[in-house]
Amino acid sequence: MSTTEATPGNKYTVIGTRPIRHDGVDKVTGRAKYGGDIRLTGMLYGVMLRSPHAHANIKSIDYSAALKLPGVHAVAVCDDFPDAENKIAELGEGAVNLQHLRHNTLAGPKVLYRGHAVAAVAADTINIAEEACKLIKVDYEVLKPVLTAPEAMKPDAPLLHSNVFTNSLGEETKTLSNVAKHFRFETGDLAAGFKAAKVIVEREFNTATVHQGYIEPHNGTAMWNSDGNVTVWCSTQGSFTARQQVAELCHIPVGKVKVIPMEIGGGFGGKVSVYLEPVAAILSRKTGRPVKIIMNRADCFEGTGPTPGSYIRVKMGADANGKITAAEAYMAYEAGAYPGSPIGAGAMCVFACYDIPNGKVDGFDVCVNKPRTNAYRAPGATNAAMATETVIDEICEKLKICPMEFRLKNGVKEGSRRVDGPVYPRIGMIESLEAIQNSDHWKTPLTGKNRGRGIASGFWFNCGLKSAATATVNFDGSVALVEGSTDIGGSRTGIAMQFAETLGISVDQIIPTVGDTDSVGYTDVTGGSRVTFATGWAAYEAARDIARQMTQRAADLWEVPADQVKYENGGVSGPDGKRLSFKDLVLAISKHGEPIVGRGSADPQCPGGAFATHCVDVEVDPDTGKVTILRYTASQDVGTAIHPAYVEGQIQGGAVQGIGWGLNEEYFYDQSGVMRNSTFLDYRMPTCLDLPMIEAIIVEVPNPGHPYGVRGVGEVPIVPPPAALANAIYNAIGVRMTQLPMSPPRVLHEILAKAK
Amino acid sequence: MRDFDYAAPTTVAEAVQLLQSHKGAARPMAGGTDLIDQVRVGRLTPDLVVDIKKIPELTVLEWSANGLRIGAAVPCYRLYHDPKVTAAYTALTDSAAIIGGIQIQSRASIGGNLCNSGPAADSTPSLIALGAIVVIAGPQGTREVSVDTFCTGPGKNILEPGEFVVELKLPARAAKSGSAYQRFIPRNEMDIAVVGVGVSVTLDAAGQNFVAAKIALGAVAAKPLVAEAAAKALIGQPVSEATIQKAGEAARAIATPIDDMRGTIEFRKHVTGILTARVIQQAVERARGGK
Amino acid sequence: MAKKRIVSTTINGTQRDFLCEPRQTLLEVLRDTLDMTGTKEGCSNGNCGACTVQLNGRPVVSCLVLAVEVDGATVETIEGVACNGTLHPLQDAFLNNAALQCGICTPGFIMQSKSLLAENPNPSEHDIRFYLAGNLCRCTGYDKIVRAVQDAAGKMSSCCEAKV
Ligand SMILES: Cc1cc2nc3c(=O)[nH]c(=O)nc-3n(C[C@H](O)[C@H](O)[C@H](O)COP(=O)(O)OP(=O)(O)OC[C@H]3O[C@@H](n4cnc5c(N)ncnc54)[C@H](O)[C@@H]3O)c2cc1C
Ligand code: FES
Ligand code: FES
Repeated sequence: MSTTEATPGNKYTVIGTRPIRHDGVDKVTGRAKYGGDIRLTGMLYGVMLRSPHAHANIKSIDYSAALKLPGVHAVAVCDDFPDAENKIAELGEGAVNLQHLRHNTLAGPKVLYRGHAVAAVAADTINIAEEACKLIKVDYEVLKPVLTAPEAMKPDAPLLHSNVFTNSLGEETKTLSNVAKHFRFETGDLAAGFKAAKVIVEREFNTATVHQGYIEPHNGTAMWNSDGNVTVWCSTQGSFTARQQVAELCHIPVGKVKVIPMEIGGGFGGKVSVYLEPVAAILSRKTGRPVKIIMNRADCFEGTGPTPGSYIRVKMGADANGKITAAEAYMAYEAGAYPGSPIGAGAMCVFACYDIPNGKVDGFDVCVNKPRTNAYRAPGATNAAMATETVIDEICEKLKICPMEFRLKNGVKEGSRRVDGPVYPRIGMIESLEAIQNSDHWKTPLTGKNRGRGIASGFWFNCGLKSAATATVNFDGSVALVEGSTDIGGSRTGIAMQFAETLGISVDQIIPTVGDTDSVGYTDVTGGSRVTFATGWAAYEAARDIARQMTQRAADLWEVPADQVKYENGGVSGPDGKRLSFKDLVLAISKHGEPIVGRGSADPQCPGGAFATHCVDVEVDPDTGKVTILRYTASQDVGTAIHPAYVEGQIQGGAVQGIGWGLNEEYFYDQSGVMRNSTFLDYRMPTCLDLPMIEAIIVEVPNPGHPYGVRGVGEVPIVPPPAALANAIYNAIGVRMTQLPMSPPRVLHEILAKAK
Repeated sequence: MRDFDYAAPTTVAEAVQLLQSHKGAARPMAGGTDLIDQVRVGRLTPDLVVDIKKIPELTVLEWSANGLRIGAAVPCYRLYHDPKVTAAYTALTDSAAIIGGIQIQSRASIGGNLCNSGPAADSTPSLIALGAIVVIAGPQGTREVSVDTFCTGPGKNILEPGEFVVELKLPARAAKSGSAYQRFIPRNEMDIAVVGVGVSVTLDAAGQNFVAAKIALGAVAAKPLVAEAAAKALIGQPVSEATIQKAGEAARAIATPIDDMRGTIEFRKHVTGILTARVIQQAVERARGGK
Repeated sequence: MAKKRIVSTTINGTQRDFLCEPRQTLLEVLRDTLDMTGTKEGCSNGNCGACTVQLNGRPVVSCLVLAVEVDGATVETIEGVACNGTLHPLQDAFLNNAALQCGICTPGFIMQSKSLLAENPNPSEHDIRFYLAGNLCRCTGYDKIVRAVQDAAGKMSSCCEAKV
């Protein structure tokens, strides 16, 4: 694969090519510095003590013995954080209750899940800190845990909180409950809709808690200086979000906190919330030395936010022509220890792919004794799609309609209205279906025993939010571009490409850097599929700012009015055929006048939703229930593919995470609420031997809300896989799976039950 | 990780002495792929780790007319890189090739797999099927026991304090014999057996009847099981689907698995029967000269 | 505490002596003592392959090797793969094929792939997937990694000078 060839028909010169990423050499040689790679003079190591119980009151903590161990410098507990108000902090993508954040970081009066951090030790070595943790005496009053949403919703369920009251249909009630919130979306006349249906299918689904599974564990290093300034080095999806959380928890102004984002080894939504950074900061304040904390893998599973398990009931009706007449969903998502599951998004996504004339969705946010949930790639949408997309498959079977045809008939278009209200702008749901319909995969009949094919679609909103970039033109014609989005998958190159396109120069001339919170403007998290969209836009603005300045400088140089100079095709043109390329102009003006610095910021409002359709062929071993993936094709409307290889990579990676979710991944709990599989070996994410190549079909329906038509790409590919697999399994062996994961014991169970 | 000391003796006697002098607090280490993590998470708490890889006897891999000698510390990859071992003791190389990934196989030993005595250990059913003898050195000298009786429970075996395994002796293979090991795992690699089955069969000269058979099961009880009834169901019978099916059912009958994160009782029992039949079939094909 | 040991070893062709505790793993010593942080830690229990190095020519996970064990041994790490500033064909192939996203798994994959190609210069797709199954990548879905290894294999076998 050549690196610079453009897609045929490409109207751009840089966009649509496949340059090598700027940070590439560092990453293939081991030179790139990730959060765990930092080492500072005098640095201490922190270790967290975690709760062995899923639910307990903390009666007392005695760490005097730990402090006496030689080599131990400090111990931190919840009370070392200033009191937090019961107040909500907006973190860009999502909001957080600060008291909950504080108590999640270091437990307050209660531990609410196994693995909940209780105390932290800073010592000369990790080994000493670990030994010190063993010397901390925590007196627990063990309580009964509650582990699933349906259980936690029962009136006699053990209560997690004494200050969480149900917000019911928008009203604050006085009901103490594990249900933090119940909301409803409605449209049309549901009863009439179901009456008009020829076929109605109603099914219940249960999906397991799953983890983002990034390979790099959480880490955080902090130095609290005697002048009150705090510097934090960490692997985060958002340095500004991390800054705000640290500042809020420590009650210091954000201006006192500088977050230096290190290279980050995966996040997928799981590295937005802070876990270690504020604790490292507190330990550093106590010791006057930098403190570094790295989580081990079991703690990543047990102590950081997975994405929720859920209970979903979907009922859908369609008329004889295969038009959906009504749809209803009841969705209860596990928030984990503190309110805030992605139920809102899940409820908006559940029917988002289809025109629903009459619909109703009830959503419940339910606290259970599991880690506080966090975002995971299109948070909430995958659970929802599992339900809707398999119910649709069943309706198609009953109506004897091809599932592709059904989706084409009911799929949303520009002007369609979602059950929760919004009307779609130009979107590519139908195009994503057509791409599969026209694919070699779909056109090739599948033959063989116990084999089946399934398709499913998915939706994700994407988001805009704030981004900033600055660019400095160097005297040799290169440009240093500083942007604020931490780069998890090559985004600094995607951003630099939009910058280069705007100036009409080569992307090799751009030197992109991810800035720290003191060196670039506020930028929201790397999440919500927003970076290439919004930070790309900021870079576009910065480039235009430079173009404007270059135009003025050319005018000055040529001694002509500025309005007679135009920036075009990678240079300036003036009257009488005057022309200088970007570089030549830079060389001409560099000796005199002020340096050229461009700035751009953006808060775009129209991210343009993303739609994807996946098609999978499987073979099921009827004697063991094991599912083998034979072929996989994923299509997606990406707006404009800035760097097609990275777009494919997002689609492939997301699809494989969805496959893992669909087939094997789950938090396996025992009755006492202990996760029994907190290692990669037993958590079972897909290895390369479990997969075929993943064919990615890029569909480009440019987003009218972006100068280059970009839509978010990263999240939606995780949405369709579990449902597509479930449909393929049914097609192969005739059992309908309504639980995730569809692991061999579950599939075999259904096979044996059917044979009875 | 907990503090411990390290010694790398070069003779069996020295190793015995080190192990004995530390009573229960010394642990032999071969590849360390179980041991190091178990110390890290606090499941083992040795004061001394005795690296046994520098003892020459522990790294022999010797093939003769009398059979095969495998030093207890020989890593997996050496087994499946040896064409003679692969041809004759195929069940064992099947096992060696699926323990962990390639990196783990560079270090993990069969001795370590056996002595870790996990119910789901992948090499133990093969060793049982192939009739291995465990050679144990200890303060009282050397003793030999059948591998059938070596494991006594999850993580437990017959080794007395101060004892360690020096080598495994596998008897010579009869003509017209074949062996195989398969396990069921949800993924395709890097997983712990949910059910494991090791089989060795010997056929008559025509390759039509079972003359001898030994079958062992992993992951379906507190320790690897010798499936005697299953083997009996084969011996003296013609090679047929019906015979093999019967043996599978006999194997299923002795499985007493548990429900855990790796599988359910229902699943394990069912798959024990299925897998036993499949592995017998594969062993038969190999006995007949197939792969 | 157990006495520290002096360990003499050859890392990437250079003799290195270091002091370590018996309980320290090779991974810890590489990263913390020798400041060779190219070798990554993902799990510290052998489950992810991020810490893969070659020990006496065999690929191993360095989190499951005690540092004291490498006395007298040779160790190859990601830092030694590029030669005098020239990338190894595998490194080039990973870049050209966009085989990394976050890149945390990349050093481990490159080390493991290097062992694969030394053993088997013309691996099939299945061979590659089998050999790399001990390395987890959560970002890429593996597609582009497998292609990168195929690409590198092709280039290396067609160029007789390329050394594995
Ligand atoms: C990622 C990963 C994947 C794995 N996958 C599998 C798998 O698929 N199947 C499987 O069966 N196992 C698996 N294992 C477990 C492990 O690799 C095997 O059990 C391996 O064979 C152990 O061998 P070792 O040489 O590393 O043993 P060590 O770790 O050195 O020792 C294991 C135990 O046996 C004792 N011991 C070792 N040698 C002797 C001896 N000669 N005499 C007495 N006691 C001794 C040790 O004290 C220790 O308690 C896996 C481990 C990891 C980390
Ligand atoms: S860190 Fe060694 S295998 Fe994961
Ligand atoms: S590139 Fe992120 S884990 Fe592989």
